[in-house]
Amino acid sequence: MTEANTDHALIASPQRRALLARTAMLSTTAMALLSGVSLRSLAATPRDEQTGSDVAILNVALGLEHEGIAAYEIGAGTGLLSKPLLSVAVLFKGHHEGHREVLAGAIEKLGGTPVQPRSLAEYKASSKLDIGSIATAEDILRLAQRLELGAINAYLGVMPSFADRSLSKVAGRLIADETLHYTVLSQSLGQPLPQNTLSFGA
Amino acid sequence: MRLSLLAAVIALACVTAAPGADPARGKALYDARCGGCHTIAENGPGPRHQGLFGCRAGTQPGYAYSEALRVSGIVWNDAMLDRWLADPNALVPGNAMVVQLAPLATERVDLIAFLRTAAQGPRTCRRSNAPTP
Ligand code: HEC
Repeated sequence: MTEANTDHALIASPQRRALLARTAMLSTTAMALLSGVSLRSLAATPRDEQTGSDVAILNVALGLEHEGIAAYEIGAGTGLLSKPLLSVAVLFKGHHEGHREVLAGAIEKLGGTPVQPRSLAEYKASSKLDIGSIATAEDILRLAQRLELGAINAYLGVMPSFADRSLSKVAGRLIADETLHYTVLSQSLGQPLPQNTLSFGA
Repeated sequence: MRLSLLAAVIALACVTAAPGADPARGKALYDARCGGCHTIAENGPGPRHQGLFGCRAGTQPGYAYSEALRVSGIVWNDAMLDRWLADPNALVPGNAMVVQLAPLATERVDLIAFLRTAAQGPRTCRRSNAPTP
């Protein structure tokens, strides 16, 4: 990470530098795996600054997808979910794996390096997932619901910033899947439908 | 004259924790809109928020900030957070947060009130009075 901040030869401008710093942060695991490989060969080399910013946004999104996949996997592995809930969790995990492929593909197409997932142990230890507090099937549903909502709103927040408009369409399709998940999870938790219009995003 | 008075009143409303501020509503907003990228305690896609008030922007250890935010000279207080959350790109062009998820002033007041209580704790960032390295 510090290397990213000092490798001036690699860095053309503040924006480019910011992007590289971000890519480097998100790719910590990749860098650990490939230790010994120079950062220069690892760094994303998007064609221009706007593309670079799109890559950075897509990598944040990909990080959220990795996290969601891990959460469903951990949830499914607890043995707390009933058979029907387990099959829903496995299905939703599959949807997120599809998102992962779409995002990684888009990042590579733009000349970037897709962020790698963290280890399952790291996800289990993260305070965000708070796996330690899971004692019931409901706790798993609430965690999944929280992550889906966080992802929906993050996508909605970044969507206007894509330089490439076709990426907004991709984001829109991912949001639709995640809103579907959120709705099913809310229903499973017996929660009422939102009473307000425009209840997602801001 | 009247306009500048109005501006002063608005500025003041931004600085003092508004009487109507609702930290509980702020927590719900934080979980829903910021929680994808931030937690109070740990760096993730976005930096941790522990000890935020009085921190120089871009100084939580272990997080790779944009150059733009690191050199911004911002010290986080209610007024600065209000401007940041309203439009990060307007306050710090070239920053890496890019999201606009709190366009309503009332929502920002609630978010900031929540952060004031939740972000307390050991401060690992650089303090406002620490010299820039
Ligand atoms: C899509 C991910 C994302 C979302 C959603 C998001 N942020 Fe951020 N946030 C970031 C990133 C990335 C940075 C670092 C910016 C930089 O380095 O330029 C950041 C930086 C910050 C900072 C500056 C912290 C510091 O240490 O100087 C604050 C304060 C902040 N965010 C608050 C919020 C709040 C409040 C919300 C919800 C309304 C929010 N953010 C939503 C990604 C996000």
